[in-house]
Amino acid sequence: MCQTVICCRVTPLQKAQVVKVVKKYKQAVTLAIGDGANDVSMIKTAHIGVGISGQEGMQAVLSSDFSFAQFRYLQRLLLVHGRWSYLRMSKFLRYFFLKNFTFTFVHFWYAFFCGYSAQPVYDDWFSTCYNLVYTALPVLALSLFDQDVNGRWSFYYPKLYIPGQQNMYFNKKSFLLCMMQSCYNSLVLFFVPYGALHDTVRQDGRDITDYQTFALLLQTCLIIVVNTQMFLDTWYWTGINHFFLWGSMAAYFALTFTLSSNGLFFIFPTMFQFLGTGRNSLNQPNTWLIIFLACLLCILPVVALRFIFLQTSPTINDKVRYKMRRDEVPAISPRRPATRRVSTRSSYAFSHSQGYGDLVTSQKFLGKKTPRRPLLFGQKEHPLGENQPQLFRTITEESEEQQSP
Amino acid sequence: MMASSYNAKEEDGHHSGSSSHGGPGAMKSKKPDNTAFKQQRLPAWQPILTAGTVLPAFFVIGLIFIPIGIGLFVTSNNIKEFEIDYTGVEVDSPCYNCAKNFSWNSTSSCLCSVNFTLDQPFESNVYMYYGLSNFYQNHRRYVKSRDDSQLNGVESNLRQPSKECEPYRTSEGLPIAPCGAIANSLFNDTLTLYYYPQNGTKLPVPLTKKGIAWWTDKHVKFRNPGGSANLSIAFQGTAKPVNWRNPVYQLDEDPENNGFINEDFIVWMRTAALPTFRKLYRIIQKKPNTTPTLSSGKYVLEITYNYPVLSFDGRKRMILSTISWMGGKNPFLGIAYITVGSICFFLGVVLLIIHHKYDTRSNSAEIPN
Repeated sequence: MCQTVICCRVTPLQKAQVVKVVKKYKQAVTLAIGDGANDVSMIKTAHIGVGISGQEGMQAVLSSDFSFAQFRYLQRLLLVHGRWSYLRMSKFLRYFFLKNFTFTFVHFWYAFFCGYSAQPVYDDWFSTCYNLVYTALPVLALSLFDQDVNGRWSFYYPKLYIPGQQNMYFNKKSFLLCMMQSCYNSLVLFFVPYGALHDTVRQDGRDITDYQTFALLLQTCLIIVVNTQMFLDTWYWTGINHFFLWGSMAAYFALTFTLSSNGLFFIFPTMFQFLGTGRNSLNQPNTWLIIFLACLLCILPVVALRFIFLQTSPTINDKVRYKMRRDEVPAISPRRPATRRVSTRSSYAFSHSQGYGDLVTSQKFLGKKTPRRPLLFGQKEHPLGENQPQLFRTITEESEEQQSP
Repeated sequence: MMASSYNAKEEDGHHSGSSSHGGPGAMKSKKPDNTAFKQQRLPAWQPILTAGTVLPAFFVIGLIFIPIGIGLFVTSNNIKEFEIDYTGVEVDSPCYNCAKNFSWNSTSSCLCSVNFTLDQPFESNVYMYYGLSNFYQNHRRYVKSRDDSQLNGVESNLRQPSKECEPYRTSEGLPIAPCGAIANSLFNDTLTLYYYPQNGTKLPVPLTKKGIAWWTDKHVKFRNPGGSANLSIAFQGTAKPVNWRNPVYQLDEDPENNGFINEDFIVWMRTAALPTFRKLYRIIQKKPNTTPTLSSGKYVLEITYNYPVLSFDGRKRMILSTISWMGGKNPFLGIAYITVGSICFFLGVVLLIIHHKYDTRSNSAEIPN
């Protein structure tokens, strides 16, 4: 079955039609790359359009989603940046759903104990600041800087690209798993403090099961669990990641103590009702034991499951990461084809699956000795039909070839 | 399938320099800076889950949690607690008549007494709590029905309480002080304890009513209006809450415990998180010599039954409890720690077996190229 198609002498409209056909019948994500004005319709039709800026002018660049100067940069775009982008996006989405579902499901369990009156289980200020201040920056840093494998190793193992093609990181199944994890987290986050604070008091005999202490405890547990999950999810810890994550935790404690301080209470008594809650509850060893237990109970299953999957069925991603860590030397730079002539095509259509790609790129049919082939169309005046070496105009600096006649 | 590629870096600069139009200096290069930040090469720590980190972590957590759990469990078991339900639901309970004949208009209070025996003496400070069940102090409309500015002594809110207090905001045209449903439902049973020593005459057990509320509540959050001057003048022009028998400036004779800063009132205003809760009522201070605070023997609890709970199927109880460094008697945390520690340890063993079985296989696994 034909897996590679080469179309030449096509009009711009036909180029766009080829892309449309692939989009419609193969249900695949299409990428079109071109450098001239005649490639514009193809670039616009494909899902991703890439323009090459150079000899042919800026038309292709102006209508494309990505543009660069040389065709070979496409490799880096796909294998390194595209892959990283997919990884970051999937991690971001999963984490965002996880933290917000966990935040919300706790209210579901609390409803059974508050007369179904929709009493929020957190402080109002916490609910306001949760997505804005306490958990915004770490996830931003994750989606800007995260990498699983660095650029050089991405080139060396192109199979790392497969998870993106097969949509393995964020699909219905992973979304469902994320929801189940949130459900479990919310159960732990509610029922562990509930059981531990039920009918108990402080060290000095005073109240600890009041609403404000309960809210503060649940908030603190939630923040720590969610940030620990971020700790497990981040694979590439730059200084910025560290600063954002630990800074958010510190900001949480700082803001909590500030919002329950005396000063703010005197200015706006009805808005800052949680006066003294931080001081009175977080100095109890009981509270910290509860927080410790709840956080570990949420995190350990995740760690255990990940480890089990890592050991029993490691993905190629995991294997390369282990190798990267073990070897500690940069990947061997891929072998340079020493005697091969550089010829960079400027636009053609090809499919991504294994097929005749090697045949095309190895230029076997352009070699000095070309076996005589039966003509398909019987057009003797056609250059291919005459089996003359095909000469292409290149835009590399090593181009020694002349313009095609 | 290996993609063929060329060495990226050196040819980058060369190419874009040469492929720019015009002379070498005519157009500014659009090449992005070759800094670590922009080229995503920032130095970073790249952790991965290896057996060397995960397995010891599980074992260490297991080994830490189990002793903590045992300590917590033993501490909780050593706390002595005694509870009596005095709602008066059964016909043969002492407070049955009080509960049945409760009416809002009665001028005289109903008294009932409950006899009980303590099998073991209670050492050190003993704390006396009243507990309520099926009482939803955490209902949303209830929780917001208060005016913290008024309770902080702000004069303007004393005369014009906040709208959140509706419908307990005004009564007979006068503003209610303290307003709101929380204040209105103040627990007003009086509990006193008497001890029957060997020779028969009953002795009252001394109960302290100071020091039962949070320090920040008593000294910062709740303030009387108009300073510590005559409270009945300060509260002139306000009405008492609908369900109270006495106005707020008659809660106690001691001026330090009167008005909004009455500690029983403060304790009640700190709304509970769950429908079954206990609130500190009195403290029985420990005796200076080595006699136990509450010796074992016969006691009687005398109750002024003012608080009706049967209409919503609630229950009232009195609890006597000692305290430890972890608070009251609650074995949950101890049991939870022991369980989680054991599961962790067991999981560590399981993961060790899995690692042993599969690691030899994955070490020799080739990465397809």
